[in-house]
This record gives sequence, C-alpha cells and structure tokens, in this order.
Amino acid sequence: MSDSILEQIDGVVKGNDVVLFMKGTPQMPQCGFSQQISAILTGYGVPYAAVNVLLDPGVRQGIKDYADWPTIPQVYIKGEFVGGCDIVNEMHANGELGDLLKPLQDK
Amino acid sequence: MAETIHPDALKALILEAMPDAQVIVNVYSGDDHFELEVVSSAFEGKSRIAQHKMVYAALGDNMRQAIHALALKTRAA
Repeated sequence: MSDSILEQIDGVVKGNDVVLFMKGTPQMPQCGFSQQISAILTGYGVPYAAVNVLLDPGVRQGIKDYADWPTIPQVYIKGEFVGGCDIVNEMHANGELGDLLKPLQDK
Repeated sequence: MAETIHPDALKALILEAMPDAQVIVNVYSGDDHFELEVVSSAFEGKSRIAQHKMVYAALGDNMRQAIHALALKTRAA
C-alpha cells in the first residue's frame, strides 16, 4: 500500500465535514449497501463528499487499511470514522446520526 | 469459483474468539451473503465500531474471500 494513497484519503476525510466512501455515486450507486447509506445522508440535507471507490483499486483497498475496516460503505463525520452500513443504519434509526449531522445542516 | 464457507463454520470462528457468544447466522442470498447476530460479554464497554472489528477479526481472511456481504448486529450480554 503506497503512503500517498493513504495521505490522499486522509486529505479528503479531514477536508470535508461528511464523507462517504461508496461503490458508485449517489446518483448511480453500484451496491445496495452504498445506496442505502447515500440515501440516508442525502435525506438529512447535509452536503457530503462521496468518493466512488470503484474508480481506483488503490483507494478501494486503501480505505479499508485507513479505517482498519474491511467493508464499504464507510462514513466519516468531522474527520472521524463513524461506521459502516450496519452502524450508520442503526444510528439513523435511533437518532444519533441526526444529532451528529444537525450542527452541519443549513450551512 | 470463489471459496465458500458454511454458516456453521462461520459460527465456529466466532465461538473460537468469543467462547461465551450466542451466535445467529442467516444466509440471505446465494451462499456468500450473511446476516450475523452476536451477543457476548466480550463486547462489554466497547464501542460499536470496536465490537464489529472484533467480529471481523474473528472471521479473518473470510471477510476478503468467502464472505461477499455481511450484515452485522452485536451487543454485550
């Protein structure tokens, strides 16, 4: 794994309030799990950076190393890894995600 | 043909790492999409991210090979 990819990922994670690493794009997701999570984030009306990992095998593997997390999608808020599909779904259902995202709305 | 793993083998891997765990495995599509519910005292005081990482660690290389998708629920006993 080249360090420059991890640095690149770190730059995106730290440079945006909300980042979603996904397969495909919010407009055209390529995986059901990525689709669920992008739909949830879009629903909060918070701008987020979506990175399509399918465009770059280096990023696709790199993001797993970066978070020490074996699956995609991955959500980062304010530079922190929040979770994958299951955790973000659960946080959406129990209101935790709303609490995290509320301060970022209407900006 | 990709490797496959039997649901019982998956359960055994979890039990190896967390002997007191109650494990429910469901296969929901083909033979490589799994739903896994794990309850164990080993999760006590751990964040959800840490809990999921413990399960991923127990599954080891299977996460990259035999398991295409894994829906995961964890909680402490």
